[in-house]
Amino acid sequence: MSYPESLIVALEERARQLRRDALIMIHRRGAGHPGGSLSAADIVAALFFHKLRLDPQRPDWPERDRFILSKGHASAILYAALARRGFFPVSDLERWGELDCHLQGHPDRLKTPGVEMTSGILGHGVAVGAGLALAARLKSRRYRVYVLLGDGECQAGIVWEGAMLAARYRLSNLTAIVDYNDVQLDGPVHEVMPIEPLAEKWRAFNWAVLEINGHNIRQIMEALDTAAEIHHRPTVIIAHTTKGKGVSFMENEAAWHGVAPNDAQLAQALAELGTEGSV
Amino acid sequence: MSEISMREAYGRALADYGAVNPDIVVLDADTSASTLTSFFARRFPERFFNVGIAEPCLVDTAVGLALGGLIPFANAFAALLALRAVEQIRTCVCYARANVKLAAGYAGLSDFKDGPTHHSITDIAIMRALPEIVVIVPADATEAASWVPLVAEYDGPVYLRLSRAATLPVHTQPPALEIGKGLMLRAGDDVTIVATGSMVGRSLLAAERLSHEGITARVLEFHTVKPLDTDLLRQAAEETGTIVTAEEHSVIGGLGGAVAEALGSGSPVPLERVGIADTFACTALTPELLMDAYGLAVEDIVAAARRALARK
Repeated sequence: MSYPESLIVALEERARQLRRDALIMIHRRGAGHPGGSLSAADIVAALFFHKLRLDPQRPDWPERDRFILSKGHASAILYAALARRGFFPVSDLERWGELDCHLQGHPDRLKTPGVEMTSGILGHGVAVGAGLALAARLKSRRYRVYVLLGDGECQAGIVWEGAMLAARYRLSNLTAIVDYNDVQLDGPVHEVMPIEPLAEKWRAFNWAVLEINGHNIRQIMEALDTAAEIHHRPTVIIAHTTKGKGVSFMENEAAWHGVAPNDAQLAQALAELGTEGSV
Repeated sequence: MSEISMREAYGRALADYGAVNPDIVVLDADTSASTLTSFFARRFPERFFNVGIAEPCLVDTAVGLALGGLIPFANAFAALLALRAVEQIRTCVCYARANVKLAAGYAGLSDFKDGPTHHSITDIAIMRALPEIVVIVPADATEAASWVPLVAEYDGPVYLRLSRAATLPVHTQPPALEIGKGLMLRAGDDVTIVATGSMVGRSLLAAERLSHEGITARVLEFHTVKPLDTDLLRQAAEETGTIVTAEEHSVIGGLGGAVAEALGSGSPVPLERVGIADTFACTALTPELLMDAYGLAVEDIVAAARRALARK
């Protein structure tokens, strides 16, 4: 599908807004994961503001597409997207982490409208998503299942158990997206525990593999379209990204995996991201 | 022994209930010929999923199926389900409150011939510590079959602990079962034996033996270890003044632990726990011999009852 430039620009603006929301939330709470939230912002914007078939008024609509944030520590970017998409008031974002606020440190499907699956412990998304995709087949539903996982997360064995199962049952309604920013908590992924050759690994598990620039909205949209047209097997989109994308001092820095910016750092980050356009 | 094994009764009941409720789906981890989910697999191949030797994936896939509106029974050996997949159970089943039924086969010492790697003597303790999950341990084959529809229609996570063996028959008819409600199987005033699973039948034999000594033992079957029937327990504590627990499980953290906690905070009375000591068992030629060798003999229950009485 060919997308008009105006749509691409609008989604880029949306991603900028989500990045700002996420950093403001993390700063206010004094806790959260900026690096992996910023790296996933463009993917999340493309999904929630164009690709996913959702109805915020009916979060339990049976035919809705399912999105699982398997890298649950990027909860800030998910919460920002859900709020801006209308699942709950944007003002809720200011109360993240308070005892009586539905927004948990990591996503909780029972507390937050629009969160399809509880996550936080890495590795579950592919297998849970495979189960959801199987359920769609058994229930004759047309929804698609999207799972966003981290690159470091691919070190977890359960990811590959789920990958094997999804391929064995030919779950073409399942799309996994790897936010490949090459930085994990303790340092560069390629140093801590290399995952390369990553595309070959997924191919060896009988998945279709697409590789894109995960900050290019047009490439993200086109890859999601391609994945929907691949039959008889699931697709993984390996999205090459930059940890902390958009904030110079956070980019590619493991130190910004799970640390909140102080007042001055937030001000600089927001200045670099730029003010919100019309979204 | 003419009695069919618990696993066969469960396997047949699961297949039968699959015909009643089309939302029932069954997953197994390459053990369907052992857990006897093979009955279901043959009748409903489109609703049966063999995930291979991957218990964490078994549980997570079941979670996804539950989120999609189905009622998954996830089957594996208890030792693997409760140990290798416990993080999946904690996070994705219990915390996310997915409507998953965990059917844990070969529990306790019932896989006698395969040795301690395959024994499961800590699973009740592990499962009982997790919020949101119901822990059920049937006493015999008839009861195991009776639980299948109830577990299926209960809305929430369940751990159904199943024996590989033919345990002593307890129920001649399908019993009236309710989650969290214990059963009084034998009246008595001197001591109460609270038993679960395969030890229910042995406890009834122990009570009979005690009666020859002029001791009347009340026998309660606690098929639900969580939530515990504290009302029935406290009534027994008050009326008989001393309690014995009996389970095919470690003495740490299982039924005995649950009863001790409940009595300690409510009606403290002398308590004797019959179970496997804090040790690994060994391989044996029959499950009965193994249970007898590791502190689960009828005589062990009788001796515990005598000790409990002496402490009154």
